Formats: sequence, structure tokens, C-alpha cells
Amino acid sequence: MSKKLAIIATKGTLDWAYPPFILASTAAALGYDVQVFCTFYGLQLLRKDTSGLKVSPLGNPGMPMKMPFGPKWFKDINWNIPNIVQASIPGYESLATTLMKMTIKNCGVATIDELRDLCVEAEVKFLACQMTVELFGFDHNQFIENVEFVGAASFFEFAGESDICLYI
Amino acid sequence: MNFDKELDASGLNCPLPILRTKKALAELTAGQVLKVIATDPGSVKDMQAFAKQTGNELLSSAEAGGKYQFFMKKK
Repeated sequence: MSKKLAIIATKGTLDWAYPPFILASTAAALGYDVQVFCTFYGLQLLRKDTSGLKVSPLGNPGMPMKMPFGPKWFKDINWNIPNIVQASIPGYESLATTLMKMTIKNCGVATIDELRDLCVEAEVKFLACQMTVELFGFDHNQFIENVEFVGAASFFEFAGESDICLYI
Repeated sequence: MNFDKELDASGLNCPLPILRTKKALAELTAGQVLKVIATDPGSVKDMQAFAKQTGNELLSSAEAGGKYQFFMKKK
């Protein structure tokens, strides 16, 4: 019988969209049965339109701020911008997201849509928390196909028998 | 070494080389050999781990000129 991986995805930013999709697709390639339960902000990972996934450097001291273009000396600069400045520039998150997406492309890292398609293809099962769908005022047709709208009890049916269970 | 199919995963980063390898192996029959070329340094350990967990046999793993070359025999 196949091993099972259960993931609870709770984050709705571009950076945190990666771990669930990378782990789910890799586990599926290794022969695992995988289910991903998306709840709260994690619902953003299942929307047809993923352009709402952004990265915020604000209050995130672990995030290097480097430019994805220009000569090497320029790319190596870490732009240490104070929080108070970041918070006051309109569109700062959109700019950071655009730069992040350029870096992702330059490094040969898959896009979120690409990884999600690979997961779907590998029969990773996506569950959406019905309660948070209602809480956030989402509509079922805003989500990709094959998503099951369920409650916590349905997740435990699979997670209770899983070999690995991750909360992301 | 003889091989039945070649996969060029150059420029791709984790986990794409593994996912592409899995896909390419699916198009082969048991005993056939897949050649994979990758540039991701993490793929060296990952290919070993993939082979170990899926039962496909990693016949060889080598580096030449900043590229990694693997031969994987399908289970």
C-alpha cells in the first residue's frame, strides 16, 4: 500500500505557496498518496487566478532584498529598507512580487501554476475548507476544478492514516 | 552507456528535475534506461533518494563541466 502524506496549507502568500506544492508534487512522484487541506489564507492556493499571491518583505527580516537584474555587483547588494519606509510606499508589495517572480524565473524555479498543474496531474487531492470559503465570501466557481469542499472531519479521515502530516 | 530515452533538465530547479524524471520513466517499459542531464546540484542526492524510494535503479551518476548526468533503469 502507498505511503500517505497529509498537508494542511494555511498561508496565502507567494513565498508560502511553494512548500505545500513542492512537497505534494515530489511526494506524488515518489509514489505517495497526497491530500492537501487548504484552510483560511491557504484557500488562495486553490483559486483559478493566482495573481493574488504576493510576497511581502514588510516585517520579514529573513527575506533578502536583492535585484534580479543588472551586473553581479548590483545583484549582490542587499537593500536594507526600514519597515517604516516599506509600509509607506504604495505598491511596495506588488513591486517586491514582480522582482521575486523575476528571480524565480532566473533560477529555473517552477511557477506556482506550473507546480499546481503537476500536482493535479499526479492526482494530488485538494480539499478546501468549506467554513473558510464562506467566511471569506468566496464562491465555489472561483476555485480550480476537482477541489472538494469539506470540513475538518473529512481531512482527518485521510490524515489519521497518514505516514506524514504537515502543517504549513 | 546505452539508453532508450534522454531527458534534458538543464536550468531547472528543485523539484522539477525529479518530477520530469518520473514523467519520462512513465513512458518507458521495465528494464529500459533513461538518461537525465541536470544542472541543479541538489539533483545528485535527490536522484539517489528518488531511486531508493521508487525502486528504479540508478545505474550511474557523474559530473562533467558543471552538468550532472544520470542513467536510471526503470523498475
